[in-house]
Amino acid sequence: MPLMWNWSMAERSDRGRPVAFRGGGFSPRPLGVVGPLVFIAVLAFWEAGCRTGLIPPLVLPAPSEALAALAHLVETGLLWKHLGASLQRLLVGWTLGTLLGIAVGFSIGLFSLARAGLAPVVAAIFPIPKIALLPLFVVWFGIGEGSKVATILFGTFFPTVVATYGGVDNVDRNLIRMGQSFGLSWLSIVRKIILPGALPAILPGFRISAAIAIVLLVAAEMIGAEFGVGAYILLAGSLMALDELLAGVAILSVMGLTVNWLIARLERFLLRWRT
Amino acid sequence: MELRLAGLHHGYGNIEVLRGIDLDIPAGRIVCIVGPSGCGKSTLLRLIGGLERPERGEVVQTGAPPPGCLNPLTYIFQDFALLPWRTVEGNVRLVLEDHGFGRAETAGIVDDVLARTRLSEFRAAFPRQLSGGMKQRVAVARALAVSPAFLLMDEPLSALDAQTRELLLDDLVDLWTRERFSGVYVTHNLREAVRLGHRVVLLSRRPGTVREILEIDLPLDARAGHAPELEAHRSRLWQLLRDEAHAADVELVDG
Repeated sequence: MPLMWNWSMAERSDRGRPVAFRGGGFSPRPLGVVGPLVFIAVLAFWEAGCRTGLIPPLVLPAPSEALAALAHLVETGLLWKHLGASLQRLLVGWTLGTLLGIAVGFSIGLFSLARAGLAPVVAAIFPIPKIALLPLFVVWFGIGEGSKVATILFGTFFPTVVATYGGVDNVDRNLIRMGQSFGLSWLSIVRKIILPGALPAILPGFRISAAIAIVLLVAAEMIGAEFGVGAYILLAGSLMALDELLAGVAILSVMGLTVNWLIARLERFLLRWRT
Repeated sequence: MELRLAGLHHGYGNIEVLRGIDLDIPAGRIVCIVGPSGCGKSTLLRLIGGLERPERGEVVQTGAPPPGCLNPLTYIFQDFALLPWRTVEGNVRLVLEDHGFGRAETAGIVDDVLARTRLSEFRAAFPRQLSGGMKQRVAVARALAVSPAFLLMDEPLSALDAQTRELLLDDLVDLWTRERFSGVYVTHNLREAVRLGHRVVLLSRRPGTVREILEIDLPLDARAGHAPELEAHRSRLWQLLRDEAHAADVELVDG
């Protein structure tokens, strides 16, 4: 029995060693301080470059100058005028687009006729960059608020439709059968089974449509707007006031982050039943 | 209330699934339907409860459902079919909401069925927090809430592990002993069938026909003590099923 002999020999010669660990990795750990640290480092490097003259002020103003421009905006009270105008357009356009999008998405998800009739239309219009339609909206809805809201509405409508009917399609059919087997009314099944079942698909759609809405907001405000973050940036750009331009861009970034945070809160609240 | 199946035929596309099923389902007893996989057991159950329409033949309900019955034909599903966004209590309440009960009345029914399934202390839990066996007990509670005339059970224990299955099987025996409900129990597990069935209906492989009907006279609550007798029934069923199961196993799915 050579095998037995080898084994007992090995046992006698050493007392064994622990099996080497080879799992682990491939799972990102949260490192909270790294993000802000990188942010601060980039700003400091940038500021230092401007102060030492490494970066000419004509190419890129220092962060401190952009901050000063922002402070000026606050002092003169113009910030609230610009921000107010922008947020109003964003809110009206996005809300209407989202509500209409959910309604149409549900009809496509629930009714064969709506699906056959509307799904191809949606598929055809969805990929058009809505910025290209902006001049058309100016003709239709006037150069004032109408065209701006319409652009945002259109831009948010289509992704919401697609996300919603995708969500409705993905609701577990067994749950719907269960509802039917207990004699639930059609409306109960839609409200209590299909709507909450589609939410996990609809809410991420909100993120996409909100990002699109901000892009379209800036574009729309570049045509015939007195106030608004987009108008402010356009004016700053045409006057070569790069510090003001950067201040405007920073406002947009904060706006985007805030919207994302709000949607994340909403998701956490509405989808708290998930793991 | 009783059910009579007369000449049921069903198929999907050009695949014939069930052929000429005639069967009486009496009140107050449990009928187990067993057969090789793909023989149309689950389809048959969906036909019985009206979730699918048979191509030919009909399911007839004779006699009135008992008073207070909200949903005469009530299912218990293999995958539990609980709404993940509702708590245990909310899932039970779901099936009562369309019946126009007052708040107090609904709460009374919910309390009662949760107590009967020993779930009262878990009423606020979400399905994801529950084990498979607990989830199925919630589904049983939900079914009891509508005081059904017939419980239609589609492999209710198949998604559970062996130990949980054993516990829940005892629960079902207890439940029947207390409530004497009428049931149709579809399973591929012959042990479950002989433990729970007053009558065991053996289907042939696809297209499913009634191959054999076995009556087991032992009372349900006495069966635990009569293992040899049940084993004899089980092995007889297995003898009948074995060749069918083997033939079904080597068949191509869309053949």
